[in-house]
Amino acid sequence: MNRLISYIKTFTLWELLKGLSVTQKNFFRKSITLEYPDEKTPQSPRFRGLHALRRYPNGEERCIACKLCEAVCPALAITIESDVSNDGTRRTSRYDIDLFKCIYCGFCEEACPVDAIVETRLHEYHMEAPGQNIMTKDKLLAVGDKYDAMISADKAADAKYK
Amino acid sequence: MLEMLGNLVPGFVADIWNSLPPLVQYLTIVTWKILFVTIGVILIVAFSTYFERKVIGSMQARVGPNRVGPLGLGQPFADVIKLLIKEVVVPSKSNRFLFVIAPLLTLIPALAAWAVIPLNDWYVIADINAGLLYVLALTSIGVYGVILAGWATNSKYAFLGAMRSAAQIVAYEIAMGFALVGILMAAGSLNLGDIVASQRGGLSSWFLWPLFPLFLVYWISGVAETNRAPFDVAEGESEIVAGFHVEYSGVAFALFFLAEYANMVLISSLTAIFFLGGWASPLEGFAIFESYHSNIWFGWIFGGGFPWLFIKMAFFMYVFFWLRATFPRYRYDQIMRLGWKVFIPVTIVWIVVEGALAWFKIGPWAGI
Repeated sequence: MNRLISYIKTFTLWELLKGLSVTQKNFFRKSITLEYPDEKTPQSPRFRGLHALRRYPNGEERCIACKLCEAVCPALAITIESDVSNDGTRRTSRYDIDLFKCIYCGFCEEACPVDAIVETRLHEYHMEAPGQNIMTKDKLLAVGDKYDAMISADKAADAKYK
Repeated sequence: MLEMLGNLVPGFVADIWNSLPPLVQYLTIVTWKILFVTIGVILIVAFSTYFERKVIGSMQARVGPNRVGPLGLGQPFADVIKLLIKEVVVPSKSNRFLFVIAPLLTLIPALAAWAVIPLNDWYVIADINAGLLYVLALTSIGVYGVILAGWATNSKYAFLGAMRSAAQIVAYEIAMGFALVGILMAAGSLNLGDIVASQRGGLSSWFLWPLFPLFLVYWISGVAETNRAPFDVAEGESEIVAGFHVEYSGVAFALFFLAEYANMVLISSLTAIFFLGGWASPLEGFAIFESYHSNIWFGWIFGGGFPWLFIKMAFFMYVFFWLRATFPRYRYDQIMRLGWKVFIPVTIVWIVVEGALAWFKIGPWAGI
């Protein structure tokens, strides 16, 4: 009897038709494609992308060269040298992040006592020549200045969960 | 031809035309007919690649091509231009002559078979009586190009693809031929125009119903013959890279691509002609619409015409893509088993059944 049923199933192409009906159902389903350059997926304020160094509203650098980020960095991507600045405070004279070494774990951001180093939600950046993978202090500060409003908004949005 | 244009042609043109020798007139008409059909087929092929990508995209919840031109309709042309400006790399250890000629050998039969396809009640390039045999012969010749390509490439993958393709064609050509014997018995003619004519009279007189098993066998064999999924072992990306066309690039590859799709369009049209009444309308047979048959704009809806053939062909093209989106590739021995041990017995049995019905004058064969 089972054999008969299997023969009937074979010759009526039962299982093939079942498979075809699945694809046909999906044919009428709405496409879930996001057309990337035109549309983008929503991002979390905690997104860990390109790094930035922030300033206080009066323009003073936040970073106090405590080197906690350098110490916590698991990929040894951060290199810091410190010096005494003109106004007598302790400041970094060098702050480099090697983007090739960085694993975007966000530990530097968590370690920072003054919220100086942050990871922004920027993820569409590129390098055009060897050496551009090193984010120098100037470049990091420039990113921080340019996207200050966005960074502040993200930090404010995330503050209540910290 | 000219009479149909009626008063649209000025008198002096008609005079010049009539002064030409009959052979020249004949050749001119046939050349134009061939040109129309060839360009039409190539355009349909171009847009069926777009159609395929859209259909399979929809089935996988994607959108398919939509960047080139409105709705991505420029995509086929972008692809063609890309292939045309690419270099044709000929492997140094290959047989150069056969390597170059093989794509042509697959493409030419795929286009030549259109000579006997009736597009409507008068448009057929060659109205020959052995049309069915001609079609059967030409669809089988196409595999020589594949075999030669595989051999001339001098690569193991290509050779494996060619061998698989050859064995597959041998197995399925027989089942296909037997399915066509059923058509021959039902229509009583080898002429494709007569085969369509004997299916006129609306939906119920299509050969699809009395010959349903043969329809399935013919269609599945057709999919196997065109080396399409799930029978695409000759290309088998995951097994033998790209099979017979692994070393082809640029224009040579474009010709293989064109031939594959031209064959698909051909098999779709042939299935429509053999089993779905070709250009005949399924709505035929209503006496109240008889008066509209001669209407130039919508007469085809009830009277039959090329649009119906196109719709049926488009449906079968859709089924090609549908199968590709649904089924994984058959294992090679399963293909052989299906061809030799299932399809050939099924067709033979149905031919015997059909013959018995015709002999005792039962059912649709009462008139034969």
